Amino acid sequence: MSMTEQEILAGLGEIIDEVAGVPADQVTPDKTFVDDLDIDSLSMVEIAVAAQDKFGVEIPDDQLKDLKTVQDVIDYVRRAAVSA
Amino acid sequence: MRLTEGAPGARILAFGGYQPAQVVTNHDLAATMETSDEWIKSRVGISSRRIAAPDETVADMATAAGGKALAASGLAPVDIDLVIVATCTPEVQIPNTAATVAQRLGIGAPGAYDLNAACAGFCYALANANDAIRAGTARNVLVIGAEKLSHWVDWTDRSTAIIFADGAGAAVVGPVTEPDELPGIGPVVWGSAGHMADKIFIADRNSFIFQEGQAVFRWATTALHPVALEACKEAGVDPADLAAFVPHQANLRIVEAIARKIGAPQAIVADDIVNAGNTSSASIPLALSRMLERGEIGSGAHVLILGFGAGICYAGQVITVP
Repeated sequence: MSMTEQEILAGLGEIIDEVAGVPADQVTPDKTFVDDLDIDSLSMVEIAVAAQDKFGVEIPDDQLKDLKTVQDVIDYVRRAAVSA
Repeated sequence: MRLTEGAPGARILAFGGYQPAQVVTNHDLAATMETSDEWIKSRVGISSRRIAAPDETVADMATAAGGKALAASGLAPVDIDLVIVATCTPEVQIPNTAATVAQRLGIGAPGAYDLNAACAGFCYALANANDAIRAGTARNVLVIGAEKLSHWVDWTDRSTAIIFADGAGAAVVGPVTEPDELPGIGPVVWGSAGHMADKIFIADRNSFIFQEGQAVFRWATTALHPVALEACKEAGVDPADLAAFVPHQANLRIVEAIARKIGAPQAIVADDIVNAGNTSSASIPLALSRMLERGEIGSGAHVLILGFGAGICYAGQVITVP
């Protein structure tokens, strides 16, 4: 069963709300984590761990630094889910 | 062959802590490197830390903390028959720190050894003390965690200079003596992850401490809460009944993340790192000694302690505070 972009976005919104206290409605695909959402590298690790629990997709630390926007994470999760 | 006769259990009689005099604030660090008070607080939760004087040694700090714990325990130096110093930053390889500390405290000729499990050292040493008392190879044990990390920090590297600090903490451990007395140190749950040896290390005696922050953070926030919960289960203590959770003060965000995952609503979560920094093996007894001094934890309360760090090594147990 593949997840739609909307489902991943909604899941990410919940995660980012919980990890970083950013309201889910502010988590839109074009937002950058560092500049727009004020999320630092350690919070990105927490988001990756929570994403693994939620989506079943592992995001290693060396991939994390390339995921700059919410859309980047959505794309990564979709790609990884397809190849899994 | 005859064997020793042990005690039915052990308990902690007293804690003691020591911090060096020099306070280094985030503002002090911001004056010499590219960082800020806000940045440090948000990343690691530290406001200030203590740094030992250039000529102040690990043994000096260990002696100060050990002396306080010994005085508070009501025991005489002669009553101690084993001294364990957990440290990963001794100035020299030999002699060990423990024998020197014992001699300075007037403890006759105890068994004395250093133990290196880095930031998990205090929990390892406490487990050793508990086992020695229960096996009958020691009656009263002085357990100390002491570190001078400032010596191994590159003070131009903001990723480590903002974190590590100096200090010592100690506990006097003795046998349960009354028939109806409950043991005060639960079973240790310990382990290691040698495949992560390259995540925190000091390469040689001329090198600085290196830490791969993100990898350590990910490991600590995902692998440790099961260890903590297992320690509660082994001790037969419901996390809901813990009065406090005192993990190694590595980074306030790691502390808070583990605390959230344990689910101990009544427990005060130690945040000694705010004004002590990360003092490795000293952080747990240092935090506990101050929480007890401030009356935050009542005598006889159950406290979960959890050490973790380079190796990677980790250990946790439930204790009853004196």
